[in-house]
Amino acid sequence: MSRILVIAEHDGRHLQQSTARCLNCARQIDAAGADVVVFAAADSPVPAEAAQLAGVKRVLLVAQTTGGSLAAVLAPQIVALAAGYDCILAPSTTFGRDLMPRVAALLGAGQVSDIMAVVGPRSFKRPIYAGNAIITVEVPEGQAVIGTVRSASFKPVESGAGAPVETISVSAEIPAHTRFIELQSGSSDRPDLQSARLVLSGGRGLGSAENFNKLFALADRMGAAVGASRAAVDAGFVPNEMQVGQTGKIIAPDFYLAFGISGAIQHITGIKDAGTIVAINKDAEAPIFEVADIGLVGDLFATIEEIRKQLG
Amino acid sequence: MHKIIVCLKRVVDYNVRIRVKPDGSGVITEGLKMSINPFDEIALEEALRIRERGGATEIIAVSIGPEDCQQQLRTALAMGADRAILVQTTAELEPLGAARTVLKIVEREQPELVLMGKQAIDDDCSQTGQMLAALWGRPQATFASKVEIREQAARVTREVDAGLEVIEVDLPAVITTDLRLNEPRYVKLPDIMKAKKKPIETLALESLGADTSPRLRTLKHEAPTPRGKGILVKDVAALMAALRDRGLSA
Ligand SMILES: Cc1cc2nc3c(=O)[nH]c(=O)nc-3n(C[C@H](O)[C@H](O)[C@H](O)COP(=O)(O)OP(=O)(O)OC[C@H]3O[C@@H](n4cnc5c(N)ncnc54)[C@H](O)[C@@H]3O)c2cc1C
Ligand SMILES: Cc1cc2nc3c(=O)[nH]c(=O)nc-3n(C[C@H](O)[C@H](O)[C@H](O)COP(=O)(O)OP(=O)(O)OC[C@H]3O[C@@H](n4cnc5c(N)ncnc54)[C@H](O)[C@@H]3O)c2cc1C
Repeated sequence: MSRILVIAEHDGRHLQQSTARCLNCARQIDAAGADVVVFAAADSPVPAEAAQLAGVKRVLLVAQTTGGSLAAVLAPQIVALAAGYDCILAPSTTFGRDLMPRVAALLGAGQVSDIMAVVGPRSFKRPIYAGNAIITVEVPEGQAVIGTVRSASFKPVESGAGAPVETISVSAEIPAHTRFIELQSGSSDRPDLQSARLVLSGGRGLGSAENFNKLFALADRMGAAVGASRAAVDAGFVPNEMQVGQTGKIIAPDFYLAFGISGAIQHITGIKDAGTIVAINKDAEAPIFEVADIGLVGDLFATIEEIRKQLG
Repeated sequence: MHKIIVCLKRVVDYNVRIRVKPDGSGVITEGLKMSINPFDEIALEEALRIRERGGATEIIAVSIGPEDCQQQLRTALAMGADRAILVQTTAELEPLGAARTVLKIVEREQPELVLMGKQAIDDDCSQTGQMLAALWGRPQATFASKVEIREQAARVTREVDAGLEVIEVDLPAVITTDLRLNEPRYVKLPDIMKAKKKPIETLALESLGADTSPRLRTLKHEAPTPRGKGILVKDVAALMAALRDRGLSA
């Protein structure tokens, strides 16, 4: 039996879906489930939301007086809780990737990054070389498992359960050397890129920020989220949070439609787990056609136009 | 600010497609083109720009690995680092071991800033910088896309899933770089010549006394499961039909 602690990821008001995916991984390690710890304001609605997830034994709320989710602030608090657990997991999002190595180092433990499959309670698969190889790693007995969980590899657990919420306090020295200033985020009404079923994605082939509006319009018509290649972000067509790939977001929508993306390995690694990959590219030799389930050789603008027409 | 340490890892070049050994014992790296981890090149470029703006006086490039890492350190010296340290080992360090090793160098050199990549493109762990910051008891600013050095602090813009997060960290600190922080300069021939005179100090890993024993066991390597062969459609009508076949309702 493993005693597992999952670190909740949230924005102060809502739990991120990555937490429900992380719980799925936890349940594969131990069917009995896990405790979830929420670091948030005392009156935050997040613990109640977390309590509904299947596989949650109890929710621990550790009240915070400062905003943000600084690793330097959270890590010592997690270390203070660590003695009660054999396994501590967080999502492999920028939140978990920033936080967990700090926790692992303070515990003198190794970390398993980007868990993509649970082989046994102490052994896991993870990708290396941008997903060109998969390794199975084992955490030896006697050492805590510290891991980050690749969201795209695990479906979120169901909601509807009712675990107890306990407010606890931990004794940890919180450093003042790191201060949160602000979060600049382009708010959008579109579905979230990391949990959407359908994603339309644009590359350098889109040519400009203006042209991306055509993709946005089609996405809104189809209820899709919008992603982009690094080249499109570097060129300033769209903001960084839309980047998909090795160094952007790793996503697993049911459908991924790539417009004007060549299919560099660093991009493909971000969509490998997508259900159906569609490539629209004017160059029949583009490498993306090697991984696409459905390919259409042609001009992307004419294709966008025609899809809109056919949708009526 | 006086000193900046930049960590450089020697990795298989990002343009090379690696293959897994048939017996699953590792990946084939023999004879492949090796380069500085691209994120580390960006870290070095940032250090050079900080120095050019008068924000630092000395840049030290550090690499842990086999003797061949000298090639990458020479490139770093040609780009503009003042001196280099090679911590020589043929052992394959885990991030915790790498962080403990860098900490030894940090304790000796007392830098105000350590710049490193947000991840190495071979193992993709994205751990070493955060671990170093934890062991050093100093702040970390990961995934940086903008760095402003002030008196005793740095203001760093971080690329996070929700957008851009701005934080302020007191110095000394560890900053890890994202791709959009800058575009590294090209090395010019005269710089390569000049770099030949710059010193590379070689230290045996064992001489530093860091605990680099592995914490994890790698059981096997395998190639990823390939996706099935796809189909080509001739027009949008066929595309939409194929999508509906697979259950897309839009
Ligand atoms: C360390 C590292 C990390 C990286 N991480 C990422 C990452 O996370 N994500 C990522 O995406 N990239 C990443 N990259 C970059 C990656 O290598 C590629 O450079 C990038 O993905 C290319 O983007 P693109 O396909 O949009 O552009 P290009 O390769 O320029 O392709 C544009 C495509 O559009 C097609 N096209 C042009 N016009 C039209 C038209 N009118 N109709 C139809 N097709 C058209 C062209 O035929 C071409 O295939 C990384 C690189 C490095 C070195
Ligand atoms: C040839 C080879 C094969 C390996 N095979 C395996 C394997 O099969 N399985 C396995 O689990 N591990 C393997 N390793 C170990 C692997 O290198 C470690 O995990 C690594 O030292 C740290 O992980 P990372 O590079 O992903 O670190 P990250 O945390 O992603 O690196 C972040 C940053 O830390 C700095 N950094 C990291 N390492 C060094 C270094 N050596 N010198 C200077 N700066 C550094 C760089 O600035 C880098 O950008 C292998 C190592 C080598 C050299």
